[in-house]
Amino acid sequence: MITTLMEQQRSVTASSQSPRSPSSQPYLSVSVTDPVKLGNGVQAYVSYRVITRQTNLPEYQGPEKIVIRRYSDFIWLRDRLFEKYKGIFIPPLPEKSAVEKFRFSAEFIEMRRQALDIFVNRVASHHELQQSEDLRTFLQADEETMERLRSQETGIFKKKPSDFMQIFKDVQSKVSDVVLGKEKPVEESNPEYEKLKHYIFELENHLAEAQKHAYRLVKRHRELGQSLSDFGKAVKLLGACEGNSLGMAFSELGAKAETLSVKLQKEAHQILMNFEEPLKDYVRAVQSIKATIAERANAFRRHCELAETIKLKEINLNKLSLIRSDRVGEAEMEYNELKAESDEATQTFETIVRLMNEEIVCFQEQKTLDMGTAFHQFAKGQARLANGIADAWRSLLPKLESCSSS
Amino acid sequence: MMGHEETDVHESREEMESLVLDEPSNGRSSSDNPLLSSASSSFIDRQSPDSSFNTFLDPPSYAEAIFTSFDSSSNGHDESPRLSSNSNPRSSDYLYISVSDPQKEQELSNSLVSGGTTYYTYLITTRTNLPEFGGPGSEFTLRRRFRDVVTLSDRLSESYRGFFIPIRPDKSVVESQVMSKQEFVEQRRVLLERYLRRLAAHPAIRRSEELRVFLEVKGKLPLARSIDVASSVIDGAARLPRQLLGDEAMDVSAKGGRDLLRMFKELKQAMTNDWGGTKPLVVEEDKEFMERKERLVEFEHQLSNVSLQAESLVKSQQDIGETMGELGLAFVKLTKFEMEEALFESQRARATDTKNVATAAVKASRLYRELNAQTVKHLDKLHDYLGIMLAVNNAFADRSSALLTVQTLSSELASLHLRIEKLEAASLKIFGGDRSRIRKIEELKETIRVTEDAKTCAEREYEQIKENNRSELERLDKERHDDFMSMLRGFVVNQAGYAEKMANVWEKLAEETDHL
Repeated sequence: MITTLMEQQRSVTASSQSPRSPSSQPYLSVSVTDPVKLGNGVQAYVSYRVITRQTNLPEYQGPEKIVIRRYSDFIWLRDRLFEKYKGIFIPPLPEKSAVEKFRFSAEFIEMRRQALDIFVNRVASHHELQQSEDLRTFLQADEETMERLRSQETGIFKKKPSDFMQIFKDVQSKVSDVVLGKEKPVEESNPEYEKLKHYIFELENHLAEAQKHAYRLVKRHRELGQSLSDFGKAVKLLGACEGNSLGMAFSELGAKAETLSVKLQKEAHQILMNFEEPLKDYVRAVQSIKATIAERANAFRRHCELAETIKLKEINLNKLSLIRSDRVGEAEMEYNELKAESDEATQTFETIVRLMNEEIVCFQEQKTLDMGTAFHQFAKGQARLANGIADAWRSLLPKLESCSSS
Repeated sequence: MMGHEETDVHESREEMESLVLDEPSNGRSSSDNPLLSSASSSFIDRQSPDSSFNTFLDPPSYAEAIFTSFDSSSNGHDESPRLSSNSNPRSSDYLYISVSDPQKEQELSNSLVSGGTTYYTYLITTRTNLPEFGGPGSEFTLRRRFRDVVTLSDRLSESYRGFFIPIRPDKSVVESQVMSKQEFVEQRRVLLERYLRRLAAHPAIRRSEELRVFLEVKGKLPLARSIDVASSVIDGAARLPRQLLGDEAMDVSAKGGRDLLRMFKELKQAMTNDWGGTKPLVVEEDKEFMERKERLVEFEHQLSNVSLQAESLVKSQQDIGETMGELGLAFVKLTKFEMEEALFESQRARATDTKNVATAAVKASRLYRELNAQTVKHLDKLHDYLGIMLAVNNAFADRSSALLTVQTLSSELASLHLRIEKLEAASLKIFGGDRSRIRKIEELKETIRVTEDAKTCAEREYEQIKENNRSELERLDKERHDDFMSMLRGFVVNQAGYAEKMANVWEKLAEETDHL
């Protein structure tokens, strides 16, 4: 298995989260490997081996556990975590493939595998998320149990994509409303938080653009490689009909061009894996934060609504007790129930706020590390390519000299 | 080729350059000579001692040497060194031509259409020390319009049959609809200059009367059509007087003034050659020539393929440069955004990284642009040779048609002799001779004499054309070898030089982002 950039990053991640000796900190290391295509036709899918490698957590003791999982299982885990750990930025998952044609291409599968590996390890390294029971299920349950759980997913989660869209639209419109100075009800009036929301939304746009161009750059490398290869072939044919020293010169040049074409294709792949994918990952992470922002808005709305309702109930209760109605007892019970709910809603909301504040700091630091690594790899790759090209062409010059003198 | 790209992305490049970079070397506007600025910055970069690039050729001085030579060639003349010197290697004579200052002029209304049409004239400046032009160091100018160039080209085709005569620029009506008048005129000016310089570089044509008159003699171009004896004979004696008087009103289209009768006769001959049972009386014998011709056909085919792929390569280089630039721009915006909104130190650190990426990408993008401009200059030689192949084909066509003329005249003679035989045989049967037949025989004998003269002329012409072909082929082989070697070398040096510069840029970024 090739140690990719992201997997190198993972070790950096782990070490950055454990400043003191690693063995005293809880850790959990997972591998997602060996993609295998199963099934036929429309039902076909890819399964992955998920190996829980190293851990010192008590819940995971025993022999190394290997399970088989598919993409929808990862989605299940992500959704469960999102539901349970509101306020925490859940690590992002790679997208479903829109285009049928590429769904089983080697490149796509490898990119997905890498992204899934990173996802699981990020979950496993997060001090709260790593304790999740759903994570344990995901890493240890047998395939039948997993399938059962996966198909049990009720409407809430199934509707999620469109739900998200609506929530995003709401949050976005609220952000723009506040920016435009329009007041809408049931919205936090926290200037710092507004800034953060604005930052997150803007950041996504900038990152998406950078990622788009990074992807195009990959394509351009491939195209240049192809052009060089075609050019080389044509030049060789020209050399063949020239004969003598000029013919040799042409042949040598053509051969060089073909060699360089291969280098370019390789570099294109490197850029895709080590530069474009990290950028894409960054975009997904930002989108995950947006989902958390939406959750916070929901939680806030609920907290406010219940607070309003509680007030009314209190007024009603007082009214009833004043007139010594026999409905007081009932009303009091209702009031107490509602009070508990309201307290819970407030608690939920405040937890989300606290968690988000912690998460954002981690996020910024982590992303600086991730991007630093990605940029460094990109620079090294480009330098390697450029040097390779320079060397190749330079090595041709003495041959050209000897050709022209004859 | 590069012109349009510049205008489109110009604004965003300006934006990039002002936003990104606090480094002095990058504050320059794109109007500075890109070759000089990047050459010097690469020199500075390469001062670092840890040069693990043990190059065969020391890059800075080597690259600079090459780039400054390109620099001088980009200042005006875009011909290869051999062509632009326009000098005969044996002596130091020169013939420099430049075309400039297009002016609009009004057609003198000698037509029924009122208002008159306009046309453009170009100032042709010549400096030369060739004896034909009046001795050492003469310089003269005059104005010519495109129509004159067409005339010059046609006359040369007639006079220099068998030579590889450079092809004149197209009349290209279609293109003039697509681009503005100004662009079209400028493009034409460039093409005319290139054409005249090529004529001046041709060892035989540069000494021609036709070219001299075109360059030196003011006023309407007086070049008369050459008299083609064979042609006149084939067309029939009646047409001879008119041709001697040089009547311009006659058919000016094809070379050598082929008109209907001659065309018909030669077509008939050609058909006989191809489909007739008997071999023609005179055939192409030179096997070596035929082999060479075949090889040239193959060469042209491959050359045209390489030319196509070269265009595709240039496009790919352009595209990657553009995308790199756009990536840089996106990172500039990202940097600006993070800097403005930064709440955490980690954000500022990241912004520094993205700024460095932006800088590197912008620099790389510029390097790609320059690389491509140079690539175009080198690979243009391929297009030149496609043009030369057209000239070669024309010269071979001259040879074929000259041969066809000889064949036609031979057939004519043969058939004339046959008619005389028949008439003599018939007249023998009549006692005392047949006065009308005898008269006819005398006429035919006269025709035979004229036709034999014509055939002699045609044979001489054919031999001359064969010789022209041969000497030109030798010249072509030598020049082709030199031109292509220099093209290949230039292309390779260019690629290597710019790849080195790009390596420097990325190595710098690798250092800057090495946080371990």
